[in-house]
Formats: sequence, C-alpha cells, structure tokens
Amino acid sequence: MKSLEDLKKLRESAQQIMRLREGGESIRIVMGMGTCGIAAGARETLAAIMEELQAHNLHDVIVTQTGCAGLCDKEPLVDVIWPGQPRISYGNVDAERARQIVLQHVKNKQVVEEWVIRR
Amino acid sequence: MREISLHVLDLAQNSIAANATEIFILLEEDLATNCLRLMVRDNGHGMTKEQCRKALDPFYTTRTARKVGLGLALLQAAAERAAGQVRICSELGKGTTVFADFMYDHIDRAPIGDMAATLVSIITLNEQCHITYRHRRDQREFTVSSRELKQELAGMPLNHPQVVAWLGRYMRELEKTLEV
Repeated sequence: MKSLEDLKKLRESAQQIMRLREGGESIRIVMGMGTCGIAAGARETLAAIMEELQAHNLHDVIVTQTGCAGLCDKEPLVDVIWPGQPRISYGNVDAERARQIVLQHVKNKQVVEEWVIRR
Repeated sequence: MREISLHVLDLAQNSIAANATEIFILLEEDLATNCLRLMVRDNGHGMTKEQCRKALDPFYTTRTARKVGLGLALLQAAAERAAGQVRICSELGKGTTVFADFMYDHIDRAPIGDMAATLVSIITLNEQCHITYRHRRDQREFTVSSRELKQELAGMPLNHPQVVAWLGRYMRELEKTLEV
C-alpha cells in the first residue's frame, strides 16, 4: 500500500469508519510540539500514539498539538481529554509510555496516575 | 537536535505558530558542490525587521510561556558547526523564509535523519495547513504535496491513523527513488 492508487482504495475501505467521526464529541490527545518537546522526542512519541490508535481501531480520536507550556523538563508532554472530563497532562512521555496511555486512558478510560503531572 | 529533520519539524512549528496556511520545504543534497541546503518558506504573519534581526538570538522570543527561543539558534549552531550558515528573510504580513546550508561531508554535519517521520508529524497535526515537501539529490527529486493527497482522499482526513500509516510507507518509498 504505497502508491497514490492505494490511497484511493484505503479511502473506500475507510468510508464506514468515517461515519463514526461525524457524530458525538471525540476524545482529544494534545501533543507538546515546541522546540523543547521536539528535542525531547515528541516526534517518536507522536508516531507511537498514531500506531497505537491504528492498532486499536481508535479512529475517531482527535490528535492536535500545542507549543511550549513552560514545563520543558517534563517534555514530551501529552494531554488526554475525555469529553466532559478535566484535561489530564502526562510528562516525560516516551514511545513506551505513549502506548500505555493510549491503551489504558484513551481506550479504557483509566488514568495512568503514575505519570500524571497536572490535571 | 540530533537530526536536520528535527530542525525541519521545529521550523514548521514556527510557521504554524505564525498562522501559515502554506509551507514549502526544500531539502537539497548537492553533492557536486558538497552542499546540503534547507529552505522552509511560509505565508505566515512574518516578522518586522527588528524581530527578524533578533530571531537568531536565543534570549529573544515573542512567546510568554518561557523567556528563551532556542529553535533558530540551535539550527544556526548546527549549520555553523558544519561550515554553513542560516539566513532569514521575512516580511510582515507576507511570510518568512529560512535558509540553512551545511558542508555536505563535514564531519560535524548532523545526519538528515527521518524526514518521513517529520513530514508525517507535521501533516498529522496540521490538517488545515498545505504542506509541500521537495527532496532533491543531484538530478533526482520527488515532491509530496498535502493538497494533492487531500484531493485523492476526497474528504477523508489526512490525519486518520490509517492514512498516517500509509503516508509513512509512501514517503519511504519515494526516498528510495533518490538512491542511485
């Protein structure tokens, strides 16, 4: 699945999943992408998040970004926001922590207390 | 920053922070002249002459979350380490262009790194921004345009996890076409 032609096939197969996106409020993941975040490995954290969302068919989660939050030593920072719930910020999120957070918090709605730095 | 591709990601974040809707990234490996050139051009809100002059100063920033702005200063350090330099052209209301060059075979030149991962990150997080990336190595080149990809997707978001996974594979295939 590499050419642009394959992208069309992918589009067709994903039409059904798309319908899910339209209704209801989605869970949001916010990735810290300031210089500090990038230097600390945010790109690899983000890649792990996207892979994990794909692996668990979590296709209606919205992934967005923010700049530096002033907590540069805690980067990479990842926030998870369930609709109607307070924002949970996780610190020092490497790829491995990111996978755990997606599985436990995004998929199963269980906050990973150990890595929470702010709520 | 260990890789040039991470600087590219950082520069793109600057463009996005400047409300750019178009970002053009050119990475040129010119082996004939032993030069690696990087250009990132955006149509964001641009800078005044004064801001542009201070942009490379690590203790100058327009942000309020912290008192330093290291991104461009780090790029400059990386370029100068490899006998290169950084230039910034900016016009208020029009946009900003950052140029960096490096001596290609300089022992201290940072590796290009994972440009596919950088592009995927920018596109994943900035659905609304049009990104064009061109990678040239001597006579060979390829271009990826998020606008074209969006046309193919006909309404399906570019940051859909399945599309993101596909894009990473697609980029890596394109990179192979540059190899002799």
